[in-house]
Amino acid sequence: MLQIPRARADHPDEACGVIAGPAGTDRPERFIAMLNAARSPTFYEFDSMEQLRVWRELDDRDEEPVVIYHSHTATEAYPSRTDISLASEPGAHYLLVSTREPEQAEVRSYRIVDGVVTEEDVQVIGPGQEAGPRATAGAAE
Amino acid sequence: MAIEVRIPTILRPLTGGAKAVQGSGDTLDELLADLDAQYSGLRDRLVDGTGLRRFVNVYLNDEDVRFLGGLTTTVKDGDTVTVLPAVAGGGR
Repeated sequence: MLQIPRARADHPDEACGVIAGPAGTDRPERFIAMLNAARSPTFYEFDSMEQLRVWRELDDRDEEPVVIYHSHTATEAYPSRTDISLASEPGAHYLLVSTREPEQAEVRSYRIVDGVVTEEDVQVIGPGQEAGPRATAGAAE
Repeated sequence: MAIEVRIPTILRPLTGGAKAVQGSGDTLDELLADLDAQYSGLRDRLVDGTGLRRFVNVYLNDEDVRFLGGLTTTVKDGDTVTVLPAVAGGGR
């Protein structure tokens, strides 16, 4: 996945960003790495002006932040108390990458709504593939 | 007098689903009081005992109000105020 090399590049700081997709489709398509303005190994925060620019761009393009991702440099890929209390996009999938092991990245995804965390499966798809049951059936033929 | 205030997804339940609302005031503080009178509870999501909440970004046109005057920032007719909850978190 694209975000794994980026998380390694920012390690030991937490890496973060968005994968945007057309509004209402729940399809993550456009990868947008964001600066971690906190530049910390234990905290991430989007730079406020960069966030304004990107959110306006999403609006102009009729897109949404489908995935919000960040890395945990020393802990597992599970939302921390801080992640849960600060989750502010109820429609997004929160993707966590743990870079605590040098050889093996751990990638997990969650919905975080009103303080409730629900884990979901992550399916990695390559370029030229579509998500969804129709495409899966096509690949099996 | 009308100042447009753009509302993020997470706060739209307070505005009946509206993505943008109109308010009036000479400062951000007055504007938020006016909005709270229209949409009860909205101000409390943006302001706490110390002023504007730490993890909520408020912009006046193209500037972050933290670099202007915070709640004392002057606003005028035709301005646009944008609210975006910070995207943040951590490993702990």
